[in-house]
Amino acid sequence: MIETRDLRKSYGTSLVLDGVSVTLPRGGITTIIGANGAGKSTLLSVISRLLSPDSGTALMDGEDIFRINGPELAKKLAVLRQENHLTARLTVRELVSFGRYPHSKGRLSDADRAAVAHALLWLDLNDLQDRFLDQLSGGQRQRAFVAMVLAQETDYILLDEPLNNLDMKNARAMMLILREAVRELQKTVVMVLHDINFASVHSDRIIAMKAGKVIHSGGPDEIVAPAILREIYDMDIEVREIENRRFAFYYG
Amino acid sequence: MSPERRATLALALLAAGVALAMLAFMTLGVKGSWAFVLQFRGMKLLGLILVAHAVAVSTVLFQTVTANRILTPSIMGFDALFVLSSTLLVAVLGSTALASVDARALFAAKLALMTCCSMALYRWLFLGEEQSLHRLLLTGVVFGIFLRTLAEFVQRLLDPNEFMVLSDMLFASFTGINPVLMVFGWALVGAVTLWLGMNLARLDVIGLGRPVAVNLGIRWRRDVLAVLGIVSVLVSVSTALVGPVTFFGLLAASLARLAVGTSRHAVLLPAASLTAMLLLISGQTILERLFAFNTALGIVIEFFGGVVFLLLLLKGGRK
Amino acid sequence: MRLGLAFLLVVVLAGISLWVGVSGISLARLAGGDPRDWLILWESRVPRMLALVLSGAAMAIAGLLMQIVIRNRFVEPSTTGTVEAAGLGLLVMTLMAPGAPVIVKMAVGAVFALGGTGLFLMVLRRVPLRDQMMVPLIGIILTGVLHAVTTFIAYRADLMQTVLAWTQGDLSGVLRGRYELLWLGAAMAVIAWIAADRFTLAGLGKDMATSLGLAHGRVLALALVIVSGVTAVVVVTVGTIPFLGLIVPNLVSLAMGDNMRRAVPWVAVSGAGLVLVCDILGRILRAPYEIPVGTILGVIGSFTFLILILRRRRDVA
Repeated sequence: MIETRDLRKSYGTSLVLDGVSVTLPRGGITTIIGANGAGKSTLLSVISRLLSPDSGTALMDGEDIFRINGPELAKKLAVLRQENHLTARLTVRELVSFGRYPHSKGRLSDADRAAVAHALLWLDLNDLQDRFLDQLSGGQRQRAFVAMVLAQETDYILLDEPLNNLDMKNARAMMLILREAVRELQKTVVMVLHDINFASVHSDRIIAMKAGKVIHSGGPDEIVAPAILREIYDMDIEVREIENRRFAFYYG
Repeated sequence: MSPERRATLALALLAAGVALAMLAFMTLGVKGSWAFVLQFRGMKLLGLILVAHAVAVSTVLFQTVTANRILTPSIMGFDALFVLSSTLLVAVLGSTALASVDARALFAAKLALMTCCSMALYRWLFLGEEQSLHRLLLTGVVFGIFLRTLAEFVQRLLDPNEFMVLSDMLFASFTGINPVLMVFGWALVGAVTLWLGMNLARLDVIGLGRPVAVNLGIRWRRDVLAVLGIVSVLVSVSTALVGPVTFFGLLAASLARLAVGTSRHAVLLPAASLTAMLLLISGQTILERLFAFNTALGIVIEFFGGVVFLLLLLKGGRK
Repeated sequence: MRLGLAFLLVVVLAGISLWVGVSGISLARLAGGDPRDWLILWESRVPRMLALVLSGAAMAIAGLLMQIVIRNRFVEPSTTGTVEAAGLGLLVMTLMAPGAPVIVKMAVGAVFALGGTGLFLMVLRRVPLRDQMMVPLIGIILTGVLHAVTTFIAYRADLMQTVLAWTQGDLSGVLRGRYELLWLGAAMAVIAWIAADRFTLAGLGKDMATSLGLAHGRVLALALVIVSGVTAVVVVTVGTIPFLGLIVPNLVSLAMGDNMRRAVPWVAVSGAGLVLVCDILGRILRAPYEIPVGTILGVIGSFTFLILILRRRRDVA
């Protein structure tokens, strides 16, 4: 379980986290939604210790995330940010092998190699494993990074807009992979998503943010409702139910 | 060809090139006593190897922690910092006091001074919020100019006699390497290299940039400061031996990256080091033996290094 | 009104400048017609003061002009290769035609300076510039490359001392008969003032300027000729005065905005004043030795430059 207590963070004069206290239970997929600048990515960065808050705490299984030592935390919690521009020139396999660094410190054991192979297989990267990252398409590169995070074999996986730059087919495949990881490997996935319908169809829980605050949280059937969406996005959104799943229509 | 094979091949070729260059450096155009010439040139060769290694390794490390391929410690004014430290030491203590101090102790003092200054400065520059590479570059370049002119200014304030002493300390060149400092330098650089050899995987992870590295359990602040400290040591050694060289590291590191095609430090560090040795030793051999140019190597290297820098900027800008 | 005060301040500084130096001169002796004091004043102090004022004002205006037509706050002759190229030209003349009169050397220097600036602009044109900071960066490195070429030639020809005189702004050698070329530089600066409106228009960019009926190419060329001419004159007479053309216009623009015609007199007066102050400092700090004005301005200039860059960072964040 990850919980935060009264997190605050500001940049200059703008307050991006305004007293966020939220609980993310173990297991399942939790998505964080909200308009641009609502503080979604900042929250994700704080609970993954990439960014320290001005005040407040974030706890993982009862321990302060900023007190757990880095290498230990890296075995339990993995995070992938939106932009992963690398200056280093690496092959896919090399990158995925880095996922084992918290466990192996660079000396790969047979178990480590097996985990890397498994992650490559899981994301269908076997044919690409000897290619350099700069020779891949955006979607392929994104898969390589997710494979690295999977190879890390952590309980928690935090992803900031993992569907960014992916076309429809790849976005769907990515969500299915993550759901499978949750179901079969008992992972806890927390991600920031822009596409409300992906969130509706694939999440177990949705957390809605606005102006640095968490304003709603609950299952997709609670959150994906016209009144609540209106509050989150400040616009009228029609919601329809198709085969027991809720879809938002905001294209018209 | 697989990436691993290519890297191995490139390393082997570089090593062979360096061996050849060393042979040529030692044996071409020997007149008179072989024993004397070999000893004399051997000393110089050891100096060149040390400088090449220190400059190349410090450049690669610096590029790793700053996640770019254009910045180098000397472009960011690390060597100017060394010149400034030396100048301040002369200014504060006076040349007569300094003359009685052992050269190694003096070097150690300068090293300590410089390391402290650079840690403070680069902590502020690199551990703050993320910012545009170009702004960082420009800040670094202008900062380097500032440090250099400040050193020059303090030198002008010195007594002319003290200034002479300082010049002797600073304006070394590739041909006149101080033998006392060399033993010390080899020991320092050797120790640093050993530590690096044991931390190659960690360096690789640091090279992935802060978010990914922190995710993988790197203690960013501590590790980056440690690497910057090592960079300070390496730059101090090379600057103390041959004076400031701005673009040499960039030239060596860029060519090495081109040759091995990977960023893995286990390959890149030795490759950069070998490339630098090849450039320095063969360059010195060609200029000295073929053209009798003596101390002009630094200038030629600056020219090509500057051109490489411009090309990198242009390439980066077009992306 | 405020400009008048600033002008007065520069006059005072110029007055002080006349009285600072190794060999003392006194008002009493001058009044008594002491020939030695008059000689010093006339042959050394006055020319030096004039050289300071003229070169300071001209370089500052050259910097302003460059910033306006290149449309970047951080360019000036010493961050665009202009100064370095002028030095290279002078070196080439010293090698090929050592006996040529100074004005010819200066003209060749100006041609080289124009070439260096042209090279810089050519490089710039090949990069789509998304980042302001990249322009001076390219210029500074280009300067480094040109510097390596100059040093190499000078080193081979045993002319390092001569080159040093150009790369370091130093007025200790200025005497009557050795600074008058600077009047030419000042004249060019005045032309820049007269044509200020056109340059401001040209600074809006090619498309905008053309649609306002301006021959953009020709105006740009005129601006670069003026900058190169001023640079060559200053380099050949007093040496490089680094960053002056960068910091003065920036500080003036911080205080009063960007209209060139209004800014020019302020830039000229501030440039002259700053150089006078630096030179006076240089003569006092380490008397009887002199610290070259270029060294002092190098420190002040690069420091201010740094502040300007970092200030931008805060603006953006």
